[in-house]
Amino acid sequence: MDWVNVALQGILLGGLYALFATGLALVFGVMRMVNLAHGDLGILAAFVALFLVQSLHLGVMWSGLLTIVIMFVVGYLLQRGLLNFTLGSDDTRPIVVTFGLSIIIQNGLIMWFSADSQGLDAGTLENISIRINDQLSIGWFPLLVFVTSIVVIALLQTFLNRTKLGRAFRATSDDREAAELMGIDNRHIYGLAMAIALAIVALAGILLAVRTTFDPTQGSFRLIYAFEAVIMGGMGSIWGTLIGGIVLGMSQTLGSQAFGAGWGLLVGHVVFLTVLAVRPSGFFAKTVTA
Amino acid sequence: MSVLELQEVDVFYGDFQALFKVTLKVEQGQTFACIGANGGGKSTLLRTVAGLQRPTSGKVLFHGEPVDQVPAHDRVGMGIALVPEGRRVFPSLTVFENLQIGAYGGRKGDWGTDSVMELFPLLKPLVKRQASSLSGGEQQALAIGRALMANPELLLLDEVSLGLAPVVIKRIYEAMLHLVGTGTTIVVVEQDVQHVLTVADHVACFLEGRISLEGKPSDLSSEAITAAYFGM
Repeated sequence: MDWVNVALQGILLGGLYALFATGLALVFGVMRMVNLAHGDLGILAAFVALFLVQSLHLGVMWSGLLTIVIMFVVGYLLQRGLLNFTLGSDDTRPIVVTFGLSIIIQNGLIMWFSADSQGLDAGTLENISIRINDQLSIGWFPLLVFVTSIVVIALLQTFLNRTKLGRAFRATSDDREAAELMGIDNRHIYGLAMAIALAIVALAGILLAVRTTFDPTQGSFRLIYAFEAVIMGGMGSIWGTLIGGIVLGMSQTLGSQAFGAGWGLLVGHVVFLTVLAVRPSGFFAKTVTA
Repeated sequence: MSVLELQEVDVFYGDFQALFKVTLKVEQGQTFACIGANGGGKSTLLRTVAGLQRPTSGKVLFHGEPVDQVPAHDRVGMGIALVPEGRRVFPSLTVFENLQIGAYGGRKGDWGTDSVMELFPLLKPLVKRQASSLSGGEQQALAIGRALMANPELLLLDEVSLGLAPVVIKRIYEAMLHLVGTGTTIVVVEQDVQHVLTVADHVACFLEGRISLEGKPSDLSSEAITAAYFGM
């Protein structure tokens, strides 16, 4: 029964990984841009939420919602004011710029908040759980995170498939210049894509902060997990990202159970590399290029 | 006043000059054909009118107003629509979604998904198919239909017959004649001179970035056109 329990924890953890990865996949899908600061922006959101709790004495819930709105705006301005200018013929430019952004965010957070671990306290919600039987129980909070990630992914997919703006996202992804001929301003679409990506990663960062402790250097690890989830799921497939996240989460928890604590992360990476070797295009590969 | 006017327009791709002081006027309801060999600057002309290319000097006027500073995505709302070379349908979108996107920034008017499918009945059974699975002729019909969804006043058609079967080309030219009947002003770029002269009421021959011959098709002898086409 231990194994079932551990696998279940892994699945739930996968939801959080998927939430971190969704924005990364969206941004890559719409503008073919790799955002190396994605994980740090999620951690930045956690610190913003913490700051709002400490300085304005808001509850975790309200400060979280406010942080998501703030990160949405930050995403739009960041894209329109900086990242749009890095896009073009040279693919390395956005990589270099977002790498620099990542360093700035990490060091800025260390200067501002110190390198200490922090936590967001959501009260009893963190500790209560549902008992299924004597050996098996599910924490309310991990379950809430998992359900949230499914809802967010479903909403995003519905937005892309069913709305006029979502169609414009997909058209821009297919052929930017042809989309311009349809009256679509790609700079605005890119701004909105980054805004949505940062709103989602802000949610992920806040949920992470409630679930466990966090510190300014965590962003890099989050980015690696997000990449692994996106690549295992298949570039361009948002539901694939959820599956990728779940596979990664299960590999880590089951790995820890099998080989001892500390080995889980390594097992996660090994599973990722195995998937990459056996099925390089991921589980749900979609040809997104024109 | 002319619908479209170019005054001494120069266009460069980097160091390469594609258009040299091109001047022309397109009148309301006219079907203006640009012919000429590859590299003559015909596609560059259309891309410049649509806003994808900026002139380094000279002016582009739409209804007498300069549009050089207007970005491409705002020109479609003014009534300028381009069917680009190579069709450029959105491959991952369905046929129906491609048509919907065509109306994204366009104007209100008579064209809608129903009237487009009346013009191109071959699209009707394909509405739910992904555009990437369409044949070349179907994609071309879709690309033209998508541009019509914006209810353009000025329709720019770039090499619409390239690589298509003769029977498909015939159908596309029939559709073009129908558009002429609705009063739409059309600028069409073609390498296939014979076909385009059946619909055009004004023709300009491009050679190495300059207009080498211009006039009504009825006033031009085929020898003169051939000479202008090949630069003899």
